[in-house]
Amino acid sequence: MAISIEDVEHVARLARLKLTEEEKETYRRQLSDVLEHARKISEVDTSDVPPTSHTLPLRNVFREDSLRPSLSVKEATGSAAWAVEGAFKVPRII
Amino acid sequence: MKIIEKDALSIAGLIKGREISALEVTRVFLERIDKVEKKVKAYINVAAELALSRAKEVDMELADGVEAGVFGGVPIAVKDVLTTRGFPTTCGSKMLEGFVPVYDATVVERIGRAGTVMLGKANMDEFAMGSSTENSYFGPTMNPWDLERVPGGSSGGSAAAVAAGEAPWALGSDTGGSIRQPAALCGIVGLKPTYGLVSRYGLVAFASSLDQVGPMTRTVRDCAALLGVIAGYDPMDSTSIPGELPDYVGALTGEVKGLKAGVVRELSSEGIDTGVRERFGETVSLLEKLGVACEEVSLPSFAHGLSAYYIIAPAEASSNLARFDGVRYGYRAPGESEDVWEMYDRTRAEGFGGEVKRRIMLGTYALSAGYYDAYYAQAQKIRTLIVRDFGRAWDEYDVLVSPTSPSTAFKLGEKVDDPLTMYLSDICTIPVNLAGIPALSLPCGLSDGLPVGFQVMGPPLEEPKVLNVAYALEQAIGFDARPEL
Amino acid sequence: MEYETIIGLEIHAELSTESKMFCGCSASFGGGPNTKTCPVCLGHPGSLPVTNMKAIEYTMMLALALNCEITPRSVFHRKNYFYPDMPKNFQISQYDIPLSTDGHLDADMNDYVRKVGITRVHIEEDTGKSIHIGESGRIHGAEYSLEDFNRAGIPLAEIVTEPDIRSAEEARAFMQLLRATLEYLGISDCKMEEGSLRCDANISVAVDGKLGTKVEIKNMNSFRSLFRALSYEEERQRFALEQGGGLIQETRHWDDAEGKTHPLRSKEEAFDYRYFPEPDLVPIEPDPEWVDRLRENLPELPQARFHRFMEQFGLARDIASMLTGEKALADYFERAVETGQGPEELAKWIAGDLSAMLREAVVPIQHCPVAPRGLGELVALVNQKVISGKMAKEVLREAFETGKGPQRIVDEKGLSQIADAHELEVVVDEVIAENPGAADDMRTGKEQALKFMMGQVMKKTRGKANPEVASRLLKQKLIGRE
Ligand SMILES: [Zn+2]
Repeated sequence: MAISIEDVEHVARLARLKLTEEEKETYRRQLSDVLEHARKISEVDTSDVPPTSHTLPLRNVFREDSLRPSLSVKEATGSAAWAVEGAFKVPRII
Repeated sequence: MKIIEKDALSIAGLIKGREISALEVTRVFLERIDKVEKKVKAYINVAAELALSRAKEVDMELADGVEAGVFGGVPIAVKDVLTTRGFPTTCGSKMLEGFVPVYDATVVERIGRAGTVMLGKANMDEFAMGSSTENSYFGPTMNPWDLERVPGGSSGGSAAAVAAGEAPWALGSDTGGSIRQPAALCGIVGLKPTYGLVSRYGLVAFASSLDQVGPMTRTVRDCAALLGVIAGYDPMDSTSIPGELPDYVGALTGEVKGLKAGVVRELSSEGIDTGVRERFGETVSLLEKLGVACEEVSLPSFAHGLSAYYIIAPAEASSNLARFDGVRYGYRAPGESEDVWEMYDRTRAEGFGGEVKRRIMLGTYALSAGYYDAYYAQAQKIRTLIVRDFGRAWDEYDVLVSPTSPSTAFKLGEKVDDPLTMYLSDICTIPVNLAGIPALSLPCGLSDGLPVGFQVMGPPLEEPKVLNVAYALEQAIGFDARPEL
Repeated sequence: MEYETIIGLEIHAELSTESKMFCGCSASFGGGPNTKTCPVCLGHPGSLPVTNMKAIEYTMMLALALNCEITPRSVFHRKNYFYPDMPKNFQISQYDIPLSTDGHLDADMNDYVRKVGITRVHIEEDTGKSIHIGESGRIHGAEYSLEDFNRAGIPLAEIVTEPDIRSAEEARAFMQLLRATLEYLGISDCKMEEGSLRCDANISVAVDGKLGTKVEIKNMNSFRSLFRALSYEEERQRFALEQGGGLIQETRHWDDAEGKTHPLRSKEEAFDYRYFPEPDLVPIEPDPEWVDRLRENLPELPQARFHRFMEQFGLARDIASMLTGEKALADYFERAVETGQGPEELAKWIAGDLSAMLREAVVPIQHCPVAPRGLGELVALVNQKVISGKMAKEVLREAFETGKGPQRIVDEKGLSQIADAHELEVVVDEVIAENPGAADDMRTGKEQALKFMMGQVMKKTRGKANPEVASRLLKQKLIGRE
């Protein structure tokens, strides 16, 4: 399963990672290797097999609609690289 | 026997019996850390001051006749993937360098309530992704048995700390073998509990459907005791199993006669180093001598475990790690960014290490349009087959056994440039996570002076049985070798 | 060529639970930035979601009200995309197995009924809010943005309709009915302006039955803008087709000030949400008894009430529709009916003068200074001919402004006396005709004669004539001045 540089660029864009040309090539090669290995699973006949996303027999786990204390604004924004007046500041969106 | 060589329950007994104070114990361990940490590098952050003041508190409570928790004054190392309120939690990543959580993980709260004293946060592969602890942004941890070798991973810091006497026990986390493989490589006991038995609240997620927190200890008894502290329902974790807990320590009778054990062919023959295979074979014989009927069993779906895992875990990780974007906490790329998208791209490129980026890329690819069915959906179906194979095995056997790791500790740098070879280190441990069952690694001897791990797997919530089989073996093996530092 | 407009709606309604969808922070509107946040709704490392049962219950109530099937086993999915208002850079939502599917809601269009299929009703979490700082305050040209996560994690019901709507009028009527339904259920604030009810639309124009290019319209923040935006877009698309021009599948933004839609350019154009089952949450398998209990306890819904108002009270279609469009208005009406006065007259007063006064004063019906009993009193005064219809309007205004009861106003102002000039004029003319001598005396300035004439007027009206008005009329008629 060889993947192309374009595939790598598309995935990096979805994952929001800026990659150097060198990294793109490295990941292209390494991802191809791993996916080649992983491709073996497609040979297994699973036509009647349901997927498992959870091994737990749990269902309907809910909490009551009641309030719990929120953080103070200082705690909420204290770890942010850039915050002003209680809000998180980010560069322009468009 | 020196304090640093004792197991945690013995130390707890000494403190309770007022033979030694919590403060003295903590000092002894901090001194040990001072002495060997340069060589081992088991910790990312040592919480010396915090530990001393906590130990003093415990002593004061004891002096007042207050029950200072079941393990009052016993030190502990905590893998740096668990949030600690007011104390840095880095996950071994530049992304979280200096990050101070605003809340305690449920397990951190529980070990605190039990009276333990946290010595510091143990090193780990970045975001728990790795099998050697070489992927830590803060540098690798060395295996106390051979400082040129890796301690395993991703809970390598926790394993090395316990092996090196830098903590009597530790908490680790296990997504594909991250507790058991380093336990095996460092010659200690490590348990990955049933998925849902231990709360994940405050465990920084790698692959949410696979992650579990577990004990890493010197003895099986300590392991049972620490599990008793951290296990149990937590309303903050929707995947936490409700119900009463069994007495894990009480289950350690050593009586295993009449049990049946299956030796998993797919995990114990091909690709397993000779030395490991030898120790494993000897241990199986020992198990038979204890009255456990052992026979080989084939679980064919396990052949695809590794492939399924390296689709599912990165897929979940790609989503779990999306939150690290430089907005609310953690690293943010310095300098002006043209717009928020550039800020994201740069922050994540600079903040994450190579292996994390590789897995994010892999997981994003596996979930993306056009590939989901071939990779992610198919991997989830393989997972069903693995669950079914285990289910069939439980009809026949009480426990399943295999080596924990195909090799003993490998050299630093040996596999770091070859992801696929590195991923193969997890081949014996991965099916357990995919099926959500409990499994324990127990030291079963040395091969060329390096520890070998023996894995005992059991049905969901059968930790008492797994622990008891391990306990019986532990007594029979009498493993008492220690690394020299 | 025959054109047909095809519209489908995607509606998001914030549910009025106490706490958020997955954490214990308050789900209320407003407050300083990030004052209602915690590790969970800020997406802090290690935090985990736990589902609010009330939010599930509210969503099921809505689904049942929209005649949907409740899915026996539904799951949450993660919708993955990066955006600064997303704390985790994924949204916990539902994907291929939503909470409910296959319902319908029938909008009354006066001369026909538009049955609108409901594809699905599911539950998800809301995002935070971005405030764009820069010259314009808009997203374009902003220098930076400020992120507030108070809204992040508020439970959101998403309602997706089939493309069954055929005009902007139908879309508006459907939305109004949906809003009323949410309001009757008491599960949402339904304020489009505050964003607790939001609507996006897919609109295309089919030519001779052949499906057209679908365009998505966003940013319609009121019923009015929904109507205007869809009307505009319908025209734009028809014009393009008539001119033989092509249309592209795109997302367009409604500019309310300009009255136009614009293509929405986004640098983040790579949309691939990579949905996968949320591993931190377990499936929802509602107990059938729970669903039955919710179904049984559903309140009377707007459509049922609309039909009942026509049948039970004999109301006209448009008045019944207007009254039932807002729960509080319909409640007001029914309480007024309890006074025993005629429903049609009461309805006319409510739909007419009273609504106009409420609109003018910007007062919701819940806080109307005239109680339903007061309105009943007013109608009774008119029916008993104590006051004229014209005077009743004034009494109602007085009651609205002062909060006094109509009877009290009539008493205090002496309005129950005959003060109506026209009514009295008839009596005065009769008295003059019947007493020509006294009338002549008055004309020659004999004061005594006025007293006599007044006495005659009072006698004829059994004392109810307003003396001032009566005396003024006599003077006008006999001496030409007041
Ligand atoms: Zn919150």
